[in-house]
Amino acid sequence: MSAFLNLLFRNRLAAMGAVVLAVIVALVLLTPLLPLQDPDITATADRFKRPLTDGHILGTDHLGRDLLSRLLHGTRLSLAVGVAAALIAATIGSAIGIVAGYFGGRIDNVIMRGVDMLMAFPYILLALAIVAALGPGLMNALIAVAAVNVPFFARNIRGVTVGLAGREFIDAARLAGMGHTRILLTELLPNVLPVIIIAMSTTVGWMILETAGLSFLGLGSQPPQADLGSMLGEARSALISHPHTSVVPGIMIFLIVMSINLLGDGVRDALDPRLRSGALSRPRATTLVARKGDIPAPTDDLLAIQDLHTQFHVGERIYRAVGGVSLAVKPGECLGVIGESGSGKSVTALSVMGLVASPPGVITGGAVRFQGEDLIGAPYAALRAKRGDKVAYIFQDPLSTLHPLYRVGHQLAEAIRSHHRVPMAEARARAIQLLHDVRIPNAEARIDDFPHEMSGGMRQRVGIAMALANEPDVIIADEPTTALDVTVQAQILSLLDDLRRARGLAIIFITHDFGVVAQLCDRVAVMYAGRIVENGPTDAVLAAPAHPYTKRLIACVPELGGGRRELAAIPGLPPMVDDLPPGCAFAPRCDKAQEACRTGDIPLSGTPPRAVRCLYPEELV
Amino acid sequence: MGGYILKRLVSAIPVLFGITIIVFLIMSLIPGDPATAILGSYATPENVEKLNRDLGLDKPMVQRYFIWLGNMLQGDFGRSFSLNRPVLDEVLERFNATLILAGTAFVLCSVLGILAGVVSAARQYGLADKLITFVVLIGISVPSFFLGMMMILAFAVNLRWLPVSGMYAIYGGGDLPDLLRHLVMPALALAAVATGVVARLSRSAMLEVLRQDYIRTARAKGVPERRVILGHALRAAMVSIIPVLGIQAGFVLSGAVYIEIVFQWPGVGRMLVDAILKRDLLLVQGGVVFVAACYVMFNIAVDVAQSLLDPRIKT
Amino acid sequence: MPALKVDNLAKTFPLKKPLFGAAPPGVRAVRPMSFQVETGETLGVVGESGCGKSTLARMLVGLLEPTQGTIEIEGRALDNADPAAFGKLIQYVFQDPLSSLNPRKTIRQVMEAPLKRLYHMPKPERDVRIAEIFASVNLREAFLDRYPHEFSGGQAQRIGIARALAANPRIIILDEPVSALDVSVQAQVLNLLADLKRDFGLTYLFITHDLAVVEAVSDRIIVLYFGAVVEIGRAESIFANPRHPYTKLLADSAPVVGRPLTAPEQKDTELPDPLNPPPGCAFAGRCPRATDICRREEPALTPMGDDQLAACHHPLET
Repeated sequence: MSAFLNLLFRNRLAAMGAVVLAVIVALVLLTPLLPLQDPDITATADRFKRPLTDGHILGTDHLGRDLLSRLLHGTRLSLAVGVAAALIAATIGSAIGIVAGYFGGRIDNVIMRGVDMLMAFPYILLALAIVAALGPGLMNALIAVAAVNVPFFARNIRGVTVGLAGREFIDAARLAGMGHTRILLTELLPNVLPVIIIAMSTTVGWMILETAGLSFLGLGSQPPQADLGSMLGEARSALISHPHTSVVPGIMIFLIVMSINLLGDGVRDALDPRLRSGALSRPRATTLVARKGDIPAPTDDLLAIQDLHTQFHVGERIYRAVGGVSLAVKPGECLGVIGESGSGKSVTALSVMGLVASPPGVITGGAVRFQGEDLIGAPYAALRAKRGDKVAYIFQDPLSTLHPLYRVGHQLAEAIRSHHRVPMAEARARAIQLLHDVRIPNAEARIDDFPHEMSGGMRQRVGIAMALANEPDVIIADEPTTALDVTVQAQILSLLDDLRRARGLAIIFITHDFGVVAQLCDRVAVMYAGRIVENGPTDAVLAAPAHPYTKRLIACVPELGGGRRELAAIPGLPPMVDDLPPGCAFAPRCDKAQEACRTGDIPLSGTPPRAVRCLYPEELV
Repeated sequence: MGGYILKRLVSAIPVLFGITIIVFLIMSLIPGDPATAILGSYATPENVEKLNRDLGLDKPMVQRYFIWLGNMLQGDFGRSFSLNRPVLDEVLERFNATLILAGTAFVLCSVLGILAGVVSAARQYGLADKLITFVVLIGISVPSFFLGMMMILAFAVNLRWLPVSGMYAIYGGGDLPDLLRHLVMPALALAAVATGVVARLSRSAMLEVLRQDYIRTARAKGVPERRVILGHALRAAMVSIIPVLGIQAGFVLSGAVYIEIVFQWPGVGRMLVDAILKRDLLLVQGGVVFVAACYVMFNIAVDVAQSLLDPRIKT
Repeated sequence: MPALKVDNLAKTFPLKKPLFGAAPPGVRAVRPMSFQVETGETLGVVGESGCGKSTLARMLVGLLEPTQGTIEIEGRALDNADPAAFGKLIQYVFQDPLSSLNPRKTIRQVMEAPLKRLYHMPKPERDVRIAEIFASVNLREAFLDRYPHEFSGGQAQRIGIARALAANPRIIILDEPVSALDVSVQAQVLNLLADLKRDFGLTYLFITHDLAVVEAVSDRIIVLYFGAVVEIGRAESIFANPRHPYTKLLADSAPVVGRPLTAPEQKDTELPDPLNPPPGCAFAGRCPRATDICRREEPALTPMGDDQLAACHHPLET
């Protein structure tokens, strides 16, 4: 709770809204105690007194009634009615939504049909019809506003509930013997509640507006009782001659609604976990660069990553995702980068072309050189010209990495036309050729498919075709087969292998699978906690791993054909990269660790082509 | 495509039925006796009974519903007693005026809202974003009827740029420029809230889309940033913006009721409020059913637009 | 008496009836299948996405009502889908450990639910029991008062296993229990599962797509393809000596250190369409040995050699 309030008030606008609202609420609560004139006493002689006249700070209205007193009483009424309407609508609507969403099937169908019908009305028609039937009056206006908002809550909450009801913890609760009522109340409701609160906080202001609106039309509160809407409605005829009678209630409505909206946004931001810590930031076109220290000198490699540091800055915390990685590939070479999740292998790959999402990503040191030219901190135009043209990417999940609304042919042609001025027809012909190259059967027809019309394996072939579109020198493949079935994976791997041999491509292949590395890569680099702990020719590293981590990681992967057995697990967990231990990051899990392992920086050393970052390696390299 | 439109049209039939049932049920909530309401409390019992018979109110409810529905399907929405003319004639005439007002406001809010949202998202946390966010916040917090009144004070009374109210000048006028001069303020006042809502939603939809993997793919293949934003991102964001436009059309139609009152626009909203205050229930009933039916049709158009944009929707 | 006996179990998901015309036949997610799991055995179920393995699992624990067929646990038939009735006999460990824990409940609340609801155990007994279970899955009791988001994937999966154990079931269905985990953690969880099975005398049905994992943990293995059992055999021999061409394809596709990269399937074929299933053997379209009879008649599961069954008209020779 206090964490929630902290978050809420860190948002200055929300805090401002809260303050304004608190003042208004305090005023209206105290209204009966304040020395105010009776809001309903008319004094025609004193009509239309201007503000700041004696005895009437805000002046008087067309019947000579004190505007301040009427304003406070009206605000009291408007707030009460609006909040009551919101509570009623939220309670009924949420109950309907949860029931429909949880049970699904026929119950859901019937309920939601009804809701759809209510939503088929522009809301005011329904409200007007209800008021027409029940007769004008504040209570009836309240009922009307609540009623038209029930479908809104019902639909909103149902959507959330359907998502939750499909989650595995609901299944788990059923397996634990819980009945429907108990699941609804103890499993679903606590998870839906924040959404209900968000929906309420973002609509209560609107409901206050609506009840005021009905009163403004003369369908809500009836004279002499007045809420803010009817004050405004009554003042309208004197708008031109005595504008202050309109301005006073109008501004009050505005203040109330704005403060509630500000507060409501704050509540939403604080409750929605996705919005916390600025997670909904738009990634920039390139990763931010804030390099400290020296920039390494150029080498003659095709692509060289040199002492790269990439961090994520989230609030106060700094996650050192990549802490000084150096890698290089030569033409035609395939380099595997292997590691567990959080080892920094993907971030390393994305840093090359400035594709790490930023914020929160920042490249804080090192260089990435393509044919000697540093890409880190290169101007956007220079970087863009190389993206996809010189260095291309293949990503993990082909469903989410292809644009769902463009045909694959369009996406392929776009890759070509982003770098070469060719007519559309030529680009399309080239796209068909590319689909042939990645062995998509019937390429002429499939080019007009949308991604969702293809299977996972076919989509990944499109992803590969897109990477090949401009005949790049380097392809960076970030777990390209992890989302695929094993038989499809085999096809994709052999395709990649053929392509690289036929075209002399350099590939940086990111994976967590030793089997894949062994079959595809010439060299391999093993990453742990943002650093390379070992690298060398694949066969040598796999046959005689030098770093204890490599050795034990290989041992704990079951291999087909090994039969039934106990696996050699590594105890403990990889360290969090915002809290790395000094010395070797693997030391806490390593049975060979000595005191020296826990202090100071341990260099990557050995005789090329092998190197290891360990004081007590398993093999001397 | 034609199949999808047909499917949506067919599926609208039960919704239209539902609308008539809901309106009918609400109207049957009326306490007391409509005939008394029409004739006033001094009417003789014989007159009341005769009117009840004329209106068919002595029959059971289900029968009454089907008679009413049957008449409407034949274009007979009944006769307004307060105006003494057929309900449908009055509604059609008034709806025309509302359509001009609400249609203009809807186009304004869609174009301005999406534009503001895209700029805001592309320049997140920049000056433009902050400015837009601020204006939008005011836009969605100010009651449209109050905004309209303040506009009258400022632009009609003080600056005398625009006419105070009405749809056409009483003397002369009646041509298009005259209509446009009268249209500016009400359309802007009406569009204000909806523009704010569309802008906010477009901004968050854009931000959401910009974080997707396929945007990274587009950047990775070297697509220029302008195309990434206005092509890839906006197109995907439209999938969630379009349904909101459909909902906002309902809000614009609703808001038109206030604006028509403030600016004395001779539209269907003002007619409904007058009819309620005069207890002219047939006019209310007819107006509500007619406008709701039009809104249902509009939403079908929105769905069709959505299916044109998003191939994943089964056609 | 087998721990679990499944007879002719099948699930067809009905499709939505179109506006005009008759309802389509529906998607046969699980075609009628029969098998049994002996007490104390680990039966591996392996197959690729869309093969029906998750549908099968959900039917076995009563989360999904079968279209036909029966489930017998230790001789007791359970034919209506009621998770509470199933719960004491058979439990489920989910693939995504974090998603299977209610984010707004403490681990203690999660752990107490089965004890309270299935066994109506009073509070002091519950505490003792939870402490025992936590000790057996190597979790600290301090974790009990924390919320799920505070745990890593491996820890959360231990909690998921602990919850399943709390119901004191005879059988545990493990649905891809280590797929979401990193390899170093995966081995920890697999070893833990082996220990628990020994200590508690459990029977496992282990569902996965990972051939190496399933081989390492199972006694027998069932291979599923397109909703049907294509082969059943002993874990140590089924991939070395497959009889069904699909099993062979799977085994040849798995990346193995030291085996050169080959594309075992030269034709770039696609999976059959569940909305429009082919007649005969579902694998015929991808199969190098397919003949006319394969495209006409669905092959039945027939015994081939010791302890091995395959559904194939032209099985591979050993």
